[in-house]
Amino acid sequence: MSSIGASLKDKFLNGALSITLMSVLFGFLLGGIILLLAGFNPLEAYGVILKGIFSRPKYVSYVIIYSTPLIITGLSVAFALRTGLFNIGAEGQYIMGALAAAAAGYYLKLPMVLHVFTAVGLAVIVAAFWGGLAGWFKARFGVNEVISTIMLNWTALYISNWAITIPSFGRQGTGKTYAIQPTAQIDILGQWKRTPEGIAFLREHPMLWDVLKSPVNLGFVFAILLAALVWYVLNRTTLGYELRAVGHNPQAAEAGGISVKRSMVISMLFAGGLAGAAGAFQVLGVSHRIATLAIMEGYGFDGIAVSLIGNNSGPGCVFAGLLFGSLKYGGSKIQDVMGAPTEVINIMIGIIIFFVAMPKLIRMILAYRKRRERN
Amino acid sequence: METFVNDIAFIIGTTLMYSTPLIFAAVGGVITERSGIINIGLEGMMYFGAFVGAAVAYFSGDPWLGFFCAGLAGASLGLLHAIATVSFSAEQIVSGIAMNFLGVGFALFISRLVFDGATQTLTVPKKIPLPLDFLFGEGKLFASSGFMDLVFNRFATVYLAFILVFVAWFVLYKTSLGIRLRAVGEHPEAADSLGISVFKIRYGAVITSGFLAGLGGAAMSIAVVSRFSNTLISGHGFIALAAMIFGKWKPQGALLACLIFGGAKGLEIYMGAKGVPIPSGLLATLPYVLTIVILVGWVGRSQPPASIGKIFDKGEN
Repeated sequence: MSSIGASLKDKFLNGALSITLMSVLFGFLLGGIILLLAGFNPLEAYGVILKGIFSRPKYVSYVIIYSTPLIITGLSVAFALRTGLFNIGAEGQYIMGALAAAAAGYYLKLPMVLHVFTAVGLAVIVAAFWGGLAGWFKARFGVNEVISTIMLNWTALYISNWAITIPSFGRQGTGKTYAIQPTAQIDILGQWKRTPEGIAFLREHPMLWDVLKSPVNLGFVFAILLAALVWYVLNRTTLGYELRAVGHNPQAAEAGGISVKRSMVISMLFAGGLAGAAGAFQVLGVSHRIATLAIMEGYGFDGIAVSLIGNNSGPGCVFAGLLFGSLKYGGSKIQDVMGAPTEVINIMIGIIIFFVAMPKLIRMILAYRKRRERN
Repeated sequence: METFVNDIAFIIGTTLMYSTPLIFAAVGGVITERSGIINIGLEGMMYFGAFVGAAVAYFSGDPWLGFFCAGLAGASLGLLHAIATVSFSAEQIVSGIAMNFLGVGFALFISRLVFDGATQTLTVPKKIPLPLDFLFGEGKLFASSGFMDLVFNRFATVYLAFILVFVAWFVLYKTSLGIRLRAVGEHPEAADSLGISVFKIRYGAVITSGFLAGLGGAAMSIAVVSRFSNTLISGHGFIALAAMIFGKWKPQGALLACLIFGGAKGLEIYMGAKGVPIPSGLLATLPYVLTIVILVGWVGRSQPPASIGKIFDKGEN
């Protein structure tokens, strides 16, 4: 515990956390100015967003549901980035994970807990393979991981769309697969809340009822566990040390006896597995099926943003994922309430990342403020 | 025989159509990366350009004005990227990701304001013209839907893309500006000591890449189709980025990569239309799988400009 405290203090001193917080502040500030220029009252908009996040238990649980896949794809991107690899492929790995989980959840007949573990396990293996491919292409053939993951994303999308056309798997004409078995679902009280006893009980407890109106599930718990796992592996194991050494300086790592090529493959296997888990939890907990995708859903790309805002660390991704999920869910409400484009959220996220990219600018601003305070 | 020839023409025609928007953006990518600045924000710049191009063409009725404004829209994001990466030593990939969010954000934000809350524009009254039809009259030069017609009677943007590749090649390799730009990308400290302004060259290169990516977006929204919609640009900027790396950071290489990619797309559509016994869903993976196979089998390691992604800080002292 003390070491977490120490590292947090270290972050503050290094300014990483203050840079992130300043960037978020700029995001809200400039986002507000843009709303103002477009003729909307920014304070009203932020009020609507805040109310849309916190004013009902259901909203809060939706925020958590929205954030869960973003946290995990963020972890995937962060993990690879610490080894110096840029995983644009979280999107495709997510798709492969979701596909594997939907297939395992539907075709297999297993008892409750075992079914969930099998489905998630298969999703992680398939997606780890998908990510590992990019790592192997880079290690063995020198293929830039940015290109290979972009190509693998689209390949995954079309494989998934094709799988949905298989008659025993997809419901003909709906563009969706059959729902997974109840034994594979990770919804909290998902079956019970539809029984007469459940409904009767929930009528007495409106708060709980409100929460259970959303597809609340165990995904978030797993996301937190995975964030802890990523933190542990990267910071407390020899493997993590080696991976980070490669990310820091591959030549020095190689000279120090670490196999850079092996590290690349392992890092991408891990990253792929994480993104696949995100897809699996989404299927087992929220959608219960997969659907034909016309374009990318963006979980992987949003994961890049989460990783960058979260300073590429496990705990950072949890907070950044929650921030992103809140804005995405809360921000969707300004359209209906005041006719303001929800895409101001994209702009805000863009501005936050823009400033995160420029620690030099933020340090200049902070130093300037300090100087003014002194005078 | 005649159908065979026409089939070939069809594939070539589709290839050109799909490649053109990518070529603009990929050449833009080459220019910025040769100066040492990574631009992973091409996607957002294409997206914003596609919207602005269609919106301006819709309101003004002039596709060329739309095309030019699309370039300016991309260039404005390019300017932001340049400010971050050149002036404030930003992490280039991070800033590029920011451009992708901003490009999509600005396009859809403005679209909703201008087009009654819709995330698409209305159909433009006039698309980018077909220059041969324009010069010689429709169906006058080549028999309509014949080989020559299918291959050569293409939107002006197609011709412009090829001219652009030539110009970019010429400037990069045959002019002093090109030598300076490449010197800045390979060894900024040395270039600086010779009195070349790393700052100016990089600003110019990044803004140009944005301009070209914007044009690429418009080549999609007001030539290939006739309106912008929120799903029109979905990954094209990333494919262009891949084409640039695939083409080993050379304009002619990027052109070839875009054509291979477009060709695979053309082949996919052709095979789908001919009822080849491969599920059409799997056929759709062809361009992507083919790209990977070529990279793994033939191209392999590609070497970026030496200073790419590294921060150049002239220093105050």
